[in-house]
Amino acid sequence: MDLHISHKTSYAYDQPVSYALQRLHLRPQSNAMQTVLDWNITVDGGVVELTCNDHHGNIIDLVNTFRGASELVVTAEGTVRTNDCAGVFGKVYGSAPLWHFVQGTALTQPNKDIRALAKPLKGASDPLGALHAMSASILSAVPYATGQTYTETTAEQALAGGAGVCQDHAHIMISAARVAGMPARYVSGYLMLDDRIDQDASHAWAEVHLPSLGWVGFDVSNGISPDERYVRLAIGTEARDAAPIQGLRMGPGDESLIVTLQVQQ
Amino acid sequence: MTFRRFLPVLIAEPVESVNFSIMNTKPDHFDEMRVGDTEVRPPYASYKTWFDDQEPGRLARKSKEAEAFFRRTGITFNVYGQVAAEERLIPFDLVPRIIASREWTKLSKGIEQRVRAINAFLHDIYNRQEILRAGRIPIDLIAKNAAFLPQMMGFSPPGGVYTHIVGTDIVRTGEDDFFVLEDNARTPSGVSYMLENRETMLQMFPELFSRIKVQPVSDYPKNLRRSLAACAPKSCNGKPVIAVLTPGIFNSAYYEHSFLADQMGAELVEGHDLRVVDGHIAMRTTQGYKQIDVLYRRVDDEYLDPLTFNPNSMLGVPGIMDVYRAGNITIANAPGTGVADDKAIYSYMPDIVEFYTGEKAILKNVETFRCGEPDSLKYVLDNLADLVVKEVHGSGGYGMLVGPAASKKELSDFADKLSARPGNYIAQPTLSLSTVPIMVKKGLAPRHVDLRPYVLVSPDGINITPGGLTRVALTEGSLVVNSSQGGGTKDTWVLED
Repeated sequence: MDLHISHKTSYAYDQPVSYALQRLHLRPQSNAMQTVLDWNITVDGGVVELTCNDHHGNIIDLVNTFRGASELVVTAEGTVRTNDCAGVFGKVYGSAPLWHFVQGTALTQPNKDIRALAKPLKGASDPLGALHAMSASILSAVPYATGQTYTETTAEQALAGGAGVCQDHAHIMISAARVAGMPARYVSGYLMLDDRIDQDASHAWAEVHLPSLGWVGFDVSNGISPDERYVRLAIGTEARDAAPIQGLRMGPGDESLIVTLQVQQ
Repeated sequence: MTFRRFLPVLIAEPVESVNFSIMNTKPDHFDEMRVGDTEVRPPYASYKTWFDDQEPGRLARKSKEAEAFFRRTGITFNVYGQVAAEERLIPFDLVPRIIASREWTKLSKGIEQRVRAINAFLHDIYNRQEILRAGRIPIDLIAKNAAFLPQMMGFSPPGGVYTHIVGTDIVRTGEDDFFVLEDNARTPSGVSYMLENRETMLQMFPELFSRIKVQPVSDYPKNLRRSLAACAPKSCNGKPVIAVLTPGIFNSAYYEHSFLADQMGAELVEGHDLRVVDGHIAMRTTQGYKQIDVLYRRVDDEYLDPLTFNPNSMLGVPGIMDVYRAGNITIANAPGTGVADDKAIYSYMPDIVEFYTGEKAILKNVETFRCGEPDSLKYVLDNLADLVVKEVHGSGGYGMLVGPAASKKELSDFADKLSARPGNYIAQPTLSLSTVPIMVKKGLAPRHVDLRPYVLVSPDGINITPGGLTRVALTEGSLVVNSSQGGGTKDTWVLED
């Protein structure tokens, strides 16, 4: 399936910017699941200072906002051809060893409720089935709802709050899998929802490593493993490693953010 | 950039009068100057002859001159936890510590071997992790280590060098017994004292240096510059621009930062002077932004890049880790080198040296009990009064227990701390450290010393300045030499052949 993506992020500043940097994870890479046919990043109100690999093998761009700018617009767009791999990314490894994906992170520290979720995973004869079952129980405990959580909400907080978005679902899934000793990671990307072109937001899901299959994806929010409607952007141990854009701005003033995302065939 | 100096508050120990009888040393310590009560060890023979010829009172006056010299140049050191003495002079003792050329050759071979192994270890840990695959050190020691920086994975720093500057702490217990106490692979401090101590001695006793041939240390800043320049990234065209990044004037080692920048002819910068410009880190100058190729940073990893690490850091340079990974700057020392000088890793150093060099370690390790292991913890708790216990990530002598010097209450309080977080501590037997005499009111008296040689690493090779910084515990019988804990320093001589 060829997916055409246009992802525009606009920052508006109420005071001219003196110095601001944004780190982009906005370059999909070709792999068994997807082939990037064309892809471009354009920046208005700033400049791409450099492009390099991060420690997970993602490609990052570092953007410097022009001094005095009141707006920065980052547009990532292109076409990606996808295959349905039934969510199995497989035995493909970067420079980060598997043990790195078993360690806790700030947003995925387990508590007793997450440990309880992970219980059926331990010694499960069908780990894949147990993971799908866990994914379903996470969604029933934390139904999808926007506006209830923030980018810094932890897995524990989202589970306690009983509502969350894809990032929260992925964090809970990752945290619970790690409790069971399974390497787990965060994947950011895009999903084409069948009934619409304009998507609410970019997407995220979890991948868990099984010795038999390698990395397998679980989209808790939609209760499935990723198929040909999914495009991978970046991976990491949690959202902070793989967020499409993260930034830092010096000086006073406020900013507002508008994201528009279109994914279509 | 201006070169700022402090007006120090002086709390040195004045030497009032001197007589020349040497006080008896305890027989269980190796005295580097004397054998028995009368015989002088060969490296000290010429010095002792000169010393015995000195007119009584001259050395006492010289000692005061040294104080004045330091007061003028302004070597100060902030002592944390002592509000009344926030900036003080590190006491300087004018009796040199003397090492024979033959002794130094052996020592420096051992240091070089260890530093090569540390760099190979760091490259391995951040890339293929062969040593973990081989099961030679436990994965959790790295995986759960706060000094391990995932952001360094899958990356080779320019020239393959991680520890551009190392300060290996070494102690001596006998004629041929040297032990490594700590591998300081982050940002070892104190080299300015090594240089100023020699400068002071040269000014006070020029005749001594014409009589005794001592290997020079004054090349250090030039060698540091050359060594850092040789590690410049490939993107550097022409002569590398080097800068020293300091946290600022409130840092305890600010004097040293400004001193080294001045001596190397490098810029002294703070985080707010730097920006990302054209994919490089550049400093603000009167002619606009100027690209920096090598940053000798004296800011800890956690504060180095608020975009990557602690977002609240005002001391660092946002985006520098991306510039680094893009190959556009050299950071010295590389981020994440702390995983090699951690006190828990230390206990594996003999294995690490053997794994990467294929040779037995030349320098010995002090026997180390990892309190995270139940058997070791039991032993340590049972023998606390005889052991030195340190925090795995501690430095500067803070938060450590010296068992033999501790009161019953201190021992029992520490045992509670230890039992609560055993993995946070290691324990070592107290070594009977060598002594070198210092000048006290009654003459010469032995005091315990350690040694921190300064090692420079570049693709061109390893350069070790002959000698280093000798730290001396000024209190009789004390084993704690850290300047933050009331230790002093001495000039360190390595004799010419």
